[in-house]
Amino acid sequence: MIIDIHFVGLVITSIMASAVPLILASCGELITERSGVLNLGVEGMMIIGAISGFALMTITGSLFIAVIGAMLGGVLISTIFAFLTQTLITNHVATGLALTIFGIGISAMIGKNFVGIPGKEFPILFESLKDTIPFLSPILFGHSIVFYFAFALPFFTNYFLKKTKIGLIVRAVGDSPDSASNQGINVKLVRYSCILYGGAMCGLAGGYLSMIYTPQWIENMTGGRGWIALALVVFSTWNPIKILIGAMIFGGLTIIQFHMQAMGVRIPVQFLTALPYIVTIVVLVIISRDSRKIRLSTPSSLGKSFYKDN
Amino acid sequence: MEEKLIKFIKRDQPSQAMFFLTPVLAILLTLITGGLIFYILGFKPFEALKFFFIVPIADMYGLSELFLKATPLCLIAIGLSFCFKSNNWNIGAEGQLTFGAIVSGGVALLFYNQEGFYILPIVILAGAIGGMLYASIPAILKTYFNTNEILVSLMLVYVSKLILDYLVVGPWSNPEGFNFPETRQFSESARLPILFEGLRIHAGIFLALAAVVASWFIFDKTYLGFQMKVSGFSLKTAKYAGYKGKKMIILVFLISGACAGLAGVGEITGPIGQLHREVSPDYGFTAIIVAFLGRLHPVGIIFSSLIVAITYLGAETAQIFMQIPKYTGQVFQGMILFFLLASDYLLFFKIKFIGFKK
Amino acid sequence: MHKILTRSLVSSLVFLFTLTVSAVAKDVKAAFVYIGPTGDHGWTYQHDVGRKAVEAAGYKTTYVEGVPESADAERVLRQLANSGHDIIFTTSFGYMNPTNKVAKEFPNVKFEHATGYKREHPNVSSYAARFYEGRAILGTIAGSMTKSNVIGYVASFPIPEVIRGINAFTLAAQKVNPNVKTKIVWAFTWYDPGKESEAAKALIDQGADIIAQHTDSTAIVQIAEKAGVYAFGQASDMDKFAPKAVLTSVENNWGPYYVDRVKAVANGTWSQKNTWHGIGDGMVVISDLDSAIPSDLKAKVKKLQADLASGKVHAFTGPIYGQKGDLMVAEGKTADDGMLAGMMTYVKGVEGDIPN
Repeated sequence: MIIDIHFVGLVITSIMASAVPLILASCGELITERSGVLNLGVEGMMIIGAISGFALMTITGSLFIAVIGAMLGGVLISTIFAFLTQTLITNHVATGLALTIFGIGISAMIGKNFVGIPGKEFPILFESLKDTIPFLSPILFGHSIVFYFAFALPFFTNYFLKKTKIGLIVRAVGDSPDSASNQGINVKLVRYSCILYGGAMCGLAGGYLSMIYTPQWIENMTGGRGWIALALVVFSTWNPIKILIGAMIFGGLTIIQFHMQAMGVRIPVQFLTALPYIVTIVVLVIISRDSRKIRLSTPSSLGKSFYKDN
Repeated sequence: MEEKLIKFIKRDQPSQAMFFLTPVLAILLTLITGGLIFYILGFKPFEALKFFFIVPIADMYGLSELFLKATPLCLIAIGLSFCFKSNNWNIGAEGQLTFGAIVSGGVALLFYNQEGFYILPIVILAGAIGGMLYASIPAILKTYFNTNEILVSLMLVYVSKLILDYLVVGPWSNPEGFNFPETRQFSESARLPILFEGLRIHAGIFLALAAVVASWFIFDKTYLGFQMKVSGFSLKTAKYAGYKGKKMIILVFLISGACAGLAGVGEITGPIGQLHREVSPDYGFTAIIVAFLGRLHPVGIIFSSLIVAITYLGAETAQIFMQIPKYTGQVFQGMILFFLLASDYLLFFKIKFIGFKK
Repeated sequence: MHKILTRSLVSSLVFLFTLTVSAVAKDVKAAFVYIGPTGDHGWTYQHDVGRKAVEAAGYKTTYVEGVPESADAERVLRQLANSGHDIIFTTSFGYMNPTNKVAKEFPNVKFEHATGYKREHPNVSSYAARFYEGRAILGTIAGSMTKSNVIGYVASFPIPEVIRGINAFTLAAQKVNPNVKTKIVWAFTWYDPGKESEAAKALIDQGADIIAQHTDSTAIVQIAEKAGVYAFGQASDMDKFAPKAVLTSVENNWGPYYVDRVKAVANGTWSQKNTWHGIGDGMVVISDLDSAIPSDLKAKVKKLQADLASGKVHAFTGPIYGQKGDLMVAEGKTADDGMLAGMMTYVKGVEGDIPN
């Protein structure tokens, strides 16, 4: 069985495309979690982004509006979460779950009239260069702007967290909200912003699925990717660069499974699909064992409500 | 100096009255918002609400379906109340349900062509054990490896569903079933007996009721229950007072796993009668809503399971008679939880009208 | 005198009776239970098209979408039977047991179950379409038009219906092109646009220049369009989703059968049947052939269509050999319905193994 290098390039490209929604959602949730908020509603925000983007694309015909719309959809629904957990100080876990269940339901209701409509052609960049270099050109050229953005995002996020003042503030809020508050930082405002940003990225991830990846709308189309994105954040020990690698692994497992089937290799499909989840648990255990190590990586106040007397 | 119109003042202790009123308030707000959503979508609000909440239970069969749906929700939520009260966030009840169904289904298949009164108890026990085994994973990982139970239990949900899928599509699929993804049908001895002719309520409801009574007794009357409630406030408090924290965590997870596993058995030995690729419409997740809505209290959970069960039935009925999309059920479930969580604010804060001062 | 009186009495009674019956007949209500959304533009969409035909014929209809093949199906069926519906169509295999169970309790309601085989009570009928005849046509086109000699096939579950389709497709393709290879990928879903696109992409990356599918969404033809390869629509005419890629589609045409059965209930002539109709009866329809198909191939396809319809040609005519070289159907003979219904092995020329 000769594997030519160009074919490998095609496979890698498919894996990268599959990883895009995971990278976007995970990087968004990473910022949220770094500020100390555990938002389990990723799946709900993604699916709302998916229907918002697709609906706007179909109604207005403008892809630009649709992409913004996908992000706005995510922002809007995450506002509910932010208001509940930050102002009304509700339980993070329950609120996030409610967000997911509600999101899936409301998106299906809104989306009913959009099922079966073919998506618009999304512009791709550098199309003319697509077949120039073997192996490299399918990877580098011929993708949508969202694709390129997704692969740049981990680096931007990393830089933001490590080298910018706001990034430091976010981390301070996440690691020690009480002392941050005592230093005059408005913890609520920082967390609100991080939650909304996470919502925007998750919404964009959903929009990518419905407008570029498939492209069509069907209820529940995120298919559990939101939960995988949540796992990815922990899997990567809250490190954006590792999210990139993790997303490729998670996305890749499905793609590789199909390729192996097409090549006639018998593989247990369900086992391969379960592998990302099992690996995540293993990684979780490993990083949690060393309580010092986990203190270094997990935002200490993750999941705990912050209350301050006015 | 202008002062705020409304001020929220923290109460000294949570309001007793609000404890019972807020779920009612949440339900009311949900109905109003639901009616609004129907109106916006172009349906007559009152008619839609009628088909959603009244028509499904208007006859005997409907009522029995309500109890049928509420049974697994109630059972799982009772188990979850043990975990949530003691600050253990078991999000993976759906996985424990599935694994309980797998283990008990496997045992039932062993007896597929046999009769005997002893078969059903073995199957039920197998389901409880299956659920407990599966719940022990996040429990052990939390107590001995310091791993966050939310993510572990959640990831395990998907693993269990994939295991079920693999078994039903593959080795356990009915050899005489042309490779269709379903197992053999269980023998009559492995089925939960129907209580009333013509209705689908089965003996599983007794399991749920037993769980309710047991949990009320434990929480209200035993030292163990007291320990669970206190350890929920803070792990430090629990440790300081000398309670065996780790054993407590494992115990509550086992209880919760057993309940979820039993719910799984109830589904497959009750209405389904075999194993399918899917055995539960996300009961494990919805039960979390039921637990919160019922304030983690056994009696409250009975009521909240009935209310949430109606949202399932109502979504179907509304679809049949008014072509309302079936996802309205989930919208209602999400809204109830949102409003409940939001109105919980009133538990801890008082609204005081101050008026304008210049 | 008596005779004339009796005769006129009888005939006026008969006349009145017919009037009443036909007046009441239009009150027949039909219900349809769908496994997916009507907007899937595939399996469920076509059933709904059939339902609309029943409405156009003057009858009232109800439909319920997205009913899972689980314990909930029974409740939905019961509610429909309980609310004045005279005939209920359950459009997925997994409804077989609930259909039979509920049929027992409502002997006056007629139940029609698609693609199943259990008819445990006289008020239960089964119906299915000979999709494999359509596959034979697709195979002929694919075999002739492929340049890479690699055809991709996205399959759902290894059940007889799917395997039958793969076999019919491959046999027809090999007849026109002995060098053709069929690569099969099992998606283990009937409807999941994300998974289906990934499966199609993998096949395309591995050299397939024509993709066939036995899954329900339009995602695959859309991927084919993007990649510049050809594809076939499934269950419904998918041309508008991928105008360049779709060469033709195999359409399920349930309307005439549905109208027929509802009318039978109205006339009181309904009886238990097991219907398996193909191209000849109009249940399987081939959509317009794309302009990319050369005219001599078009003529060949049209002839094959006519021959299948008239019964002159059978999609499974011997000699047919299994993958291991065993003789499945002897020379000159055709596979009977029993063999077709239980087909669980590949024919020679299909690559790979059937899962489990």
